[in-house]
Amino acid sequence: MHIPDGFIDIPTSVAFAGIATAGMALSLKGAKSALDEKTAPLAGLTATFIFAVQMLNFPVAAGTSGHLLGGALAAILVGPWVASLALTVVLVMQALLFADGGLTALGLSVFNMSLIGVWVGYGIFILVKKILPKNKSSISIAAFLGGLISVPFAAAGFVLQYAIGGTGTFSISQVLTAMIGTHILIGIGEGVISALAVGAVMASRSDLVYGYKGASQVLETRVKE
Amino acid sequence: MNKQSKFLIAGFVLSLVLAGVVSNFASSSPDGLEKVAEDIGFLDSAKEHSNADGPLADYGVKGIENERLSTGAAGVIGVIATAGASTGLFLLLRRKNGATK
Repeated sequence: MHIPDGFIDIPTSVAFAGIATAGMALSLKGAKSALDEKTAPLAGLTATFIFAVQMLNFPVAAGTSGHLLGGALAAILVGPWVASLALTVVLVMQALLFADGGLTALGLSVFNMSLIGVWVGYGIFILVKKILPKNKSSISIAAFLGGLISVPFAAAGFVLQYAIGGTGTFSISQVLTAMIGTHILIGIGEGVISALAVGAVMASRSDLVYGYKGASQVLETRVKE
Repeated sequence: MNKQSKFLIAGFVLSLVLAGVVSNFASSSPDGLEKVAEDIGFLDSAKEHSNADGPLADYGVKGIENERLSTGAAGVIGVIATAGASTGLFLLLRRKNGATK
């Protein structure tokens, strides 16, 4: 879902670059409280792992592939603020080094993947976790649904950008239908990878999972009160 | 070696293997956005990337003829670069936090 230069006009790209920058400024603030001696290297590893897995396109339908976006996964592992920054580092690396995703379109991609992908993924994860019984397998199910649902929402971000500043003259509803349909399929892959990765970390070092730790910390503070 | 370092090293090695080796088995079909753009007809509005002639453009190392080696090497470079940039950023943020407390 890396947007090349040219799909979206320059004024819209600049406007979204502004929103993306503001989002990253907030994330820098929010991330500080989540980053300590122990979690900073883990956050770096999360970005690194997402870069690697984003290279692994999987087939979804005739002549179409998809790859992990990683927003939900990162948010569950290291918290949403740090996750937004991690995703943005990945997107900047891909655009600068590998010519993947346009430079003027970077703000558009950051908005869709680092902001929408992360926050929708994390929101769904928290919601599902609340509904399900409090155990480790619920974390994996919540990770699956968070990953699944984050992808069509990120795709909808692109449709919004296309509706505002698309350089083509195609009908928005046509773009919307095609983008959402394709990205629900990709979302299934996203959900599976997110659940497997979160499950693997839960099995070896559940104390490192922000989305799992978060629950017990909230409980602790409640007890203290 | 403590548990934390073991976990970090295992994760880093896994990332190297995924980007350096498994990446060669990834699907080369266009991704969701590219396919939609192609089907609907706005794919040609894409401009060539300003770094399209860069030494690592499109996940290949310029000068390495063997395609698998080229992709693998690009993946390894990407993993190391991402690890360096992101861990550096997060350590920097962490330190500032420690200083204000």
